[in-house]
Amino acid sequence: MTAQNTEPVEPASKVDLAPGVGGGGEIPSFDITLKVRRYNPEVSEEARWDEFKLTMYGTDRVLDALHKVKWEHDGSVSFRRSCAHGVCGSDAMRINGRNRLACKTLLKDLDTSKPITVEPIKGLPVEKDLIVDMEPFFQSYREIMPFLISSGHEPTRERLQSPEDRERFDDTTKCILCAACTSSCPVFWTDGQYFGPAAIVNAHRFIFDSRDDAGDMRLEILNDREGVWRCRTTFNCSEACPRGIQVTKAIAEVKQAVLNRRI
Amino acid sequence: MAVSTEIQAPRSGRIAPEYTRHGRSKGNFEMGAWLFMRLSGVVLVVLIFGHLFVNLMVGEGVHAIDFGFVAGKWADPFWQVWDLSMLWLAMLHGTNGVRTIINDYAEKDGTRITLKTILYVASAVIVVLGTLVIFTFDPCPAGAAAELLPSFCQA
Repeated sequence: MTAQNTEPVEPASKVDLAPGVGGGGEIPSFDITLKVRRYNPEVSEEARWDEFKLTMYGTDRVLDALHKVKWEHDGSVSFRRSCAHGVCGSDAMRINGRNRLACKTLLKDLDTSKPITVEPIKGLPVEKDLIVDMEPFFQSYREIMPFLISSGHEPTRERLQSPEDRERFDDTTKCILCAACTSSCPVFWTDGQYFGPAAIVNAHRFIFDSRDDAGDMRLEILNDREGVWRCRTTFNCSEACPRGIQVTKAIAEVKQAVLNRRI
Repeated sequence: MAVSTEIQAPRSGRIAPEYTRHGRSKGNFEMGAWLFMRLSGVVLVVLIFGHLFVNLMVGEGVHAIDFGFVAGKWADPFWQVWDLSMLWLAMLHGTNGVRTIINDYAEKDGTRITLKTILYVASAVIVVLGTLVIFTFDPCPAGAAAELLPSFCQA
């Protein structure tokens, strides 16, 4: 017999919990009504609302409710989701009239006494149910050249940067391109011509990067008729961002940078 | 119902035509308009509150305002310049504001052009007429009924 065997078994938790608390305790459940905006151009040009009555749990998100609908009630309900954990940016949708990620919105945080409405994000062409055509959104993103452009000698090692220089654009590196901001912008809703908050945020990420040399080119692009000057500072984008990026502040900083360059 | 089994090729940058931007705009017009909006706003706060204070609070205040009061003010080049800047800045500030509202809300090009034409014509008429009045204002027009004229005209 070795000493190991005589030792008491390590407890599952080092904190003594009162009986009935934690460890597989009952999760509260509640009934909800989920109203989903349905659109299928192969059947009808008209969109409609479908209601589903579901029993969900306190740990469930809107995405779980959509999964339950798709897997157990109506397999034709279509929506995008990839990682389901708030990083891939696939499942931005309009939940109770606000742009949210379905995978980050807990049902218990919504008013479950009323039907919970789920619609596709606004301003982009709907393809089916909750799926929109993201191409106009990505077109603006591509236009601002979201990649490092540097001139001069290539360093033989990594491009070093001070923590202060890195901090300058830290907020805008968090973007996951979910389009929640751009599709919450009333200026974008009008004609879809505005570059939109997401493109400006991603331009900001490179304009204020000390390692990048094409800031002037990006500022010139955003000095366009459809660029930063169309922003009306309604803060819809800051409110919609699931990553908590101060989008309107970033746009204001880009406006300031365009002005400083010109005057 | 016959279901087509033809599958479209994956997207190759295909984009709905109404989203395509019509070329890049040249110049700094929008930047100038944005900047003008802020600067003229600040100046207008001073001009308008100065105007209100002098007309409504100083001396007899609001009771002193009549034809003669306005005539007296416009006899002074200081108030001519003051009112002229107020007129021009307010009109351009307002016109620019309505221009952005039209840009934001008009969905069809035709609607947008029509509304903007009406706006620009209206603004131009008001600015021209206002400027004309400030500089050519005659407090004692010849041949007018005497009881309608301010007291100093009899002299």
